[in-house]
Order: sequence, then C-alpha cells, then structure tokens
Amino acid sequence: MANQKLARSELQKAPTGISGLDDITNGGLPQGRPTLVSGGPGSGKTLLGVSFLVNGAQQYAEPGVLMTFEENAAELAQDVRSLGYDLDALVAQKKLIVDYIHVDRSEIEETGEYDLEGLFVRLDHAINEIGAKRVMLDTIETLFGGLQDTGVLRAELRRLFRWMRDRGITAVITAERGEKMFTRQGLEEYITDAVIALDHRVHDQISTRRIRVVKYRGSTHGTNEYPFLIDRDGITVLPVTSLLLEHEAPNERVSSGLPALDDMLGGKGYYRASTVLLSGTAGTGKTTLAAHFVEAACARGEKCLYFLFEESPQQLMRNMRAAGIDLQRWYEKGLLKFHADRPNRHGLETHLLEMHHAVELQDPDVVVIDPITNLMAVGTQTDVRAMLTRVIDYLKLRGVTALFTSLATTAQSLEATEAMISSLMDSWVLVAITEEERKRNRWLYVLKSRGMPHSNDVRAFEIGDRGVQIHPLGKRKKRKTR
Amino acid sequence: MTDSYALKLYVAGRTPKAVRAFANLRRICDEHLEGRYSIEVIDLVENPHLGRGDQILALPTLVRKLPTPIKKIIGDLSNTERVLVGLELRPRRPSM
Repeated sequence: MANQKLARSELQKAPTGISGLDDITNGGLPQGRPTLVSGGPGSGKTLLGVSFLVNGAQQYAEPGVLMTFEENAAELAQDVRSLGYDLDALVAQKKLIVDYIHVDRSEIEETGEYDLEGLFVRLDHAINEIGAKRVMLDTIETLFGGLQDTGVLRAELRRLFRWMRDRGITAVITAERGEKMFTRQGLEEYITDAVIALDHRVHDQISTRRIRVVKYRGSTHGTNEYPFLIDRDGITVLPVTSLLLEHEAPNERVSSGLPALDDMLGGKGYYRASTVLLSGTAGTGKTTLAAHFVEAACARGEKCLYFLFEESPQQLMRNMRAAGIDLQRWYEKGLLKFHADRPNRHGLETHLLEMHHAVELQDPDVVVIDPITNLMAVGTQTDVRAMLTRVIDYLKLRGVTALFTSLATTAQSLEATEAMISSLMDSWVLVAITEEERKRNRWLYVLKSRGMPHSNDVRAFEIGDRGVQIHPLGKRKKRKTR
Repeated sequence: MTDSYALKLYVAGRTPKAVRAFANLRRICDEHLEGRYSIEVIDLVENPHLGRGDQILALPTLVRKLPTPIKKIIGDLSNTERVLVGLELRPRRPSM
C-alpha cells in the first residue's frame, strides 16, 4: 500500500508550457502516455495540442511529431502562426515534423485484409528522425470516415496507443466530442490515462471557453471547469486556485485625491499596488471620487488607465468638468488613457484579455475600472470572481494601484456584490445617500483598509463645482448628540 | 486498350498479407493486363520515407500511378472483383 502510494506520487509529468494548465494538472500531462483532448469544433483542441508540441520543442528539449488527419500542413502552419507559433522554423531546426495523412473514402477501394502498419511505419520513422518525445494525432477519428472496416480500425488504434506507451511517447490525441461520450467513436475506452474536455459555450450570445480535466490516472488534478482564452500568445487557462500570492507589498502610499479621505486612511491614503473598492447606489458620487483619484495621480506625473463600461470618455470628461475636475488636460497630455467598451460586447475571457493587453501597452501606475458591476452581469459569479482575481493578481504584480467602482441597485445586491469581491479588495470605501429634512445627504466611510489604522467615522460630503467636499468632522454630530 | 499500367505495391516486410497481396496482384495482372503492366514493390520497413508521397496509411496498398488519375486499393487484393473495379478494368456495379 505504501509502495503503491509512493509509485503514484512519482508519476512523471510532461509540462505543456500552457500557462495555467500545468497548474491544474500539477505539472503537465502524464509522461510517456497518451492524453485524450476532446471538444467540439472550434473549441481549441488543435491549438492545445500544437502548444504542447511547440512548447515541448522550444522549452523542454522534447522534439515532437504532429500527425494531422484534418488539414494539410500548410493550412495548419498558417492557422497557428496567428497565435505566434512558427512551425516552419521548428521543422527547419529539426525539432518538429509535421506529417499529413489524408484519407478519402471515395478514392480508396477495399479489397481484403489490411492493417494500419503504414501509419506505424511513418510515425516510427518521424519519431526516429528527430528523436521525438511528443506526438500529437489530430484528429485520428476522421479515419472512421475514410475506412470502412471499423473493426480493423479499432483494433489498430488500440495497438497504436499501446505502441506509443511502450515507446514512452507522451501523446495528445484530439477527438470530436460525441453526443453521449467524450468522443464520437468512444476512444476514451482506449485512452484511460488522462482525458481533458474543452468546451466553447455561448450563453446570452456571449461565448466563453472552458477546460476541464475529466480524468487523470494516478495524479491529483483540479476538477473544476476553468475558463481559458486564446490570444496571440496562445492558450491561457485561468485557474484561480493556483494563483500564488507572491506579489510585493510596497509601503508607499498614494493619495485618494482628497486630503480628508487620506486622513481617514491612516492619514496617508491607499497603499501603492493595492486594490480599492468604491461602492454605493446610483448617483452617490463614485465616479467623481474616482476622478479625484485620477486627477491626483496625473498631477504626480503618473500614468492612468481608465476602463469605462458605462459611458464614453467624452461624456465622463464633460461630467467631471462640470464637477470642477479637469481630466481633459491629462488626457491631452497623454497621462490619462481610456479604454471604453460595452460589457456585453464580449465574453469575460475577451474582456480579461483586452484588459491585459491595454495594461501591457499603456504600462499605467493607476487603473480605474468603472463600474466593475457592469462586467459582473456578463458571467456567472464564479467566472467573474475568477476573472477579477486574475486581473487583480496581474495588476498587483505590475505594482499598479487599482480602483474599482461598484454600483449597487438595492441593499441586497450591495451585499451580494460585496460578498463576491470584497475579499479581493484591500480598501473598501462605501458611499451612501440618506434623505432627511427634505434634503439628500451623501455619506462616506471606510469599511476596511488592510494594513493601516483607518477612521471609523461616517463623514458627510457634497459634490459641488469644486468636486467632492468632505465636511469637517463633527459638524453634523454636534447638532445631534453632542 | 493500349494503356500501360504502372503499379506500385506498398508493403511493410514479408508479412502473410503482403505475400498474399503480391500473389493476387500477379494473378490478376496476368489474366487481365498481360504484357502491359509493371509492378514495383515498395517495402516501407526498408524505405519508410517513401510512405509520405503516396499518403500510405493502410497496408498493403496498391497504387495505380498510370493511367491517371491515381487510384488506391487497399487490402490483400483477395477480392478480385473489387480489385478490377478499383483498377477501372470493370465498371462499378450500380449500387442499389
């Protein structure tokens, strides 16, 4: 029993080099064994396999053979080039062999007994030619459309997978998802080591890609469905649980833009590279508070990237000008950049991706996401949380101070929002409106602020033509109890 | 009927299927293509790189290089009727 356990824990892994996938598989695919990757058309299974081969050849000194039964080699090379993979260069360096097997039933006459030894010979030859350690078969199930004798085909595929195992080849075998099974032809019967399912779902006209490790013999693995995205850098899986909390925690402080609010935050404002949540119901002044923060950052000469999910940059600048905050000049100076988008224009993965790219491009010191709640409507809570975690982790690693506004429609939704994201926030400022004496009064208070002594006061404030004016402490309290 | 037939038979070693295929091919050619055919046997065990050109997957595979278009016939060629259909020496029977 103990020996068995030891043997299991020593299962060798072949890293895929795919960011996130190696985390959820605890190191990669089972080395020397075949892994089945199943998914519908356009789910990204070919790209996953190609990434596995390319990364193997480039990063892990494991040359690979790509046997494609689908497209011809030129088309495939072109398809993956848009994702940053140069297959031709790898072929020229003898780190990769691409072999194309095309089978068309109409061109073939079957006249008696045969086997698939031709496939074995070609694969064997390719493996020997470059000392390949990895193989991808994409998509071998198409052979079922080309050959009539399915009995022979099944027996030969079973022999092929065993043969690859015996040779210690780490293989990725892609397959079309079947109606009831993971593959149309039930290949999961033959490939029992690891099964990965890809999914491309459209919900409310918004698509999200997901990946799930269905099975992984002899290894622990994340069992959740994880969103993943495909961009010019290839595949990125977003495994929330694997994110490491390793970022630096600077002691430097940045102003909220309002001296009175800075006072409430231990006298110095927020920590640099921290996350700030500004939440409240509609019309409480969240965006105006955010504008003060931006104004202060730009006045320090810092770069600010403002993500708008509700209004256009022009509209925002006009409104803030009316409140006495001139964002236009920073915009014209190039210190302030906007990224405005409709939340429902893309799925979460694309939003995340675009945010990544915008941050990468602008290299800001400060980021505002206004409002984060609009983005939450796009996906399920788990997805949004996963995405936010990813965004926040990325921003923190870059040392960016991030401010999120959160719109609550009712008290209940306020709590729901907060339960979902508040743990990701270092500081949380709440704004509220009350009505008394036929006047709407605005209030703000610091609900939490990690790592600093913060004020417990509820402070009244107004928004005039000089922006937010926080009333001196005690002004209202005097009238009441004291 | 002056066409000459250039045939290639792909095998992998002297397996029983390969031997049967060659014997069947010789018999069929002698009966139907006497004096106007050539057979080249290609053993992929010896020359594995030759499998790529003709897209060889199943073995044995008979490839009719001439007359064009190229035709592929797989199996040990034991079904004479289908070999003749594959070589276009006999019209394909209309399927029901």
